[in-house]
Amino acid sequence: MAPQTNLRHKRRFHLGDLTWIILVLAILFYLMPIYVMVINGLKDAQEVSLSTMWNLPKSLSAGGFEQAWERLSPNMYNSLRMVVIATILSSFLGAVNGYLLSKWKFPGSDLLFTFMLFGFFIPYQSILFPLVRFLQEIDLYGKTPGLILVHVIYGIPVTTLIFRNFYANIPNELLEAARVDGAGLVSIFTHVMIPLSIPAFVVVGIFQFTNIWNDFLFGVTVVPNPSAQPVTIALNNLSGTFSVDWNVVMSGAVVAALPTAIVYIVMGRFFVQGLLAGSVKG
Amino acid sequence: MTAIPQNTQAASGSLLEADIRRTPPFRFSERWQSFTVLLPSFIAIAVFVYAFISYTFYVSLTNWRTLKRDMTLRDPLLQNYEDLFDNTRWQYDLRNTVIFTVIFILAAILVGLGLAMLIDYNRERFAISFFRNVYLFPYALSFVVTGVAWRWIFNPETGINLFFKLFGINDLVGHELKPGWTTDPDIWWSVNDSLEKLWPASGDFLKANIGLPIALIPVAIAATWQLSGFVMAMYLGGMSTISTDIREAARMDGCNEWQVYWHVILPLLRPITVSTVIILLHVSLKIFDLVFTMTGVGPGFATDMPAIFVFEQMFKATKYNLASAASIVMLIMAAIVIIPYLIHSLRKEE
Repeated sequence: MAPQTNLRHKRRFHLGDLTWIILVLAILFYLMPIYVMVINGLKDAQEVSLSTMWNLPKSLSAGGFEQAWERLSPNMYNSLRMVVIATILSSFLGAVNGYLLSKWKFPGSDLLFTFMLFGFFIPYQSILFPLVRFLQEIDLYGKTPGLILVHVIYGIPVTTLIFRNFYANIPNELLEAARVDGAGLVSIFTHVMIPLSIPAFVVVGIFQFTNIWNDFLFGVTVVPNPSAQPVTIALNNLSGTFSVDWNVVMSGAVVAALPTAIVYIVMGRFFVQGLLAGSVKG
Repeated sequence: MTAIPQNTQAASGSLLEADIRRTPPFRFSERWQSFTVLLPSFIAIAVFVYAFISYTFYVSLTNWRTLKRDMTLRDPLLQNYEDLFDNTRWQYDLRNTVIFTVIFILAAILVGLGLAMLIDYNRERFAISFFRNVYLFPYALSFVVTGVAWRWIFNPETGINLFFKLFGINDLVGHELKPGWTTDPDIWWSVNDSLEKLWPASGDFLKANIGLPIALIPVAIAATWQLSGFVMAMYLGGMSTISTDIREAARMDGCNEWQVYWHVILPLLRPITVSTVIILLHVSLKIFDLVFTMTGVGPGFATDMPAIFVFEQMFKATKYNLASAASIVMLIMAAIVIIPYLIHSLRKEE
């Protein structure tokens, strides 16, 4: 197994070639489920069958996608509305909290932050029952605003964490200079910190967008009404419906995955930063 | 698609890496301002996390097992917990969690570390960042989406089993290979008998067949597929902070490329392994969406999980007390993993 990379002599067989072959094979494994979804989503209802799952479609058909879109588009809209509002609100809250907890510490603030952060790690099953009852009480149960509230509140720990780490790296001298110029807690934030934290907003925004879009547990418990549900729940329902053709389910999976996939492809670098900074899959 | 960032928090392996060495000597009133602005968030967390957990815990001690609210305490107080651990399905769930966790974490760490090393080794190659981005891509997708795809890949009538036909493996072995995958109810290596010999009392309360449920393996493969890219990204983040001087020095001392990884780089990555394992543990202890969409409870509860148990007992069977007790057990399992980690991170910061 040991590669001889002695710089002086060149060998004919490179271990690098073997490692390269492994990486190429790994690509096949990682793309396999995506291949299955896309290929079968593009087949028409007559062609899609269990015995030809791996075959390319004989003719491309948008039929599956049309049907999937017809069924899922109201839920796509629900998800989009929920995700955009919840992401903006929770990013802003995280920025304020992170700023105060890194630059305006007070006795016990680190301890309070740790208590806050624990909220990120709890299995949400342990709060679901009181949560549902609380939402029923304030008349937000089964509604998108209720779901937004849930995502914003349970997003506080991680958005605060990422912003706190980000602001901690901004030198205190900058704050002191602003204070000499007469700026206070609020104006330092609005005039100095926010302009500096655009990258952090992008990272947190992508992190929250992905997490909230991909959420299943809150959506399925807080919103029982199918037409008000986010797309992840609608997709799960679709895949459990036997009257629906298989190509429609596969197209539906592609449709539901598309927003986060596009975010990943376009802004992968920020995605990686976000997962390293607040690395947990909801 | 772009590169893994060079400067990340992951290298030290701490979530609370932000190190505030010096806080400017601000006036008292501004500290109060800070506290006041933070107060709504603190209250929200106090209510939605701590008060809600307390409520759930209280319900777990009561007689509330129908739609009708009943907050009278059970006698004995912990009877719901006793009922829970006496419940065969819950015993299956605990078995499944432990086995799934072991397989999934070992596989995800090995695959993720392997990919990170291979990528690091080939970092000069053309299109390597494309490879890296493909491996991480599943992490951006919802468990529901991938659960739907994997469900069909491991369907015995199609998917993987078609490969046996397509690649001629069926002809080779002389009969049709058709593993049941997620529909296989078999439990391998059952330990009940040997356990009863070692500890006779175990037969009295152990109702579940303790062994390796075959149907869990496809689920662990799907979870590994989805999260090994994340593990890879964590390790690559760590490797990028190891200076090339250290590698060069090791080579000068006569290490070959493999020894550089084994003796120099891997030991330096240990803190990352710790954080990654903790994060994966936390994912696997509460795994829900993937299993729910891919297999559901499985044949003979072979792929049932505590999270599914809580969900069904709470919202379908409305056994609120039992479901609450189960969710508190889940919380305790997560807390055992997370609290030492948080305390460690906080100490390190100070």
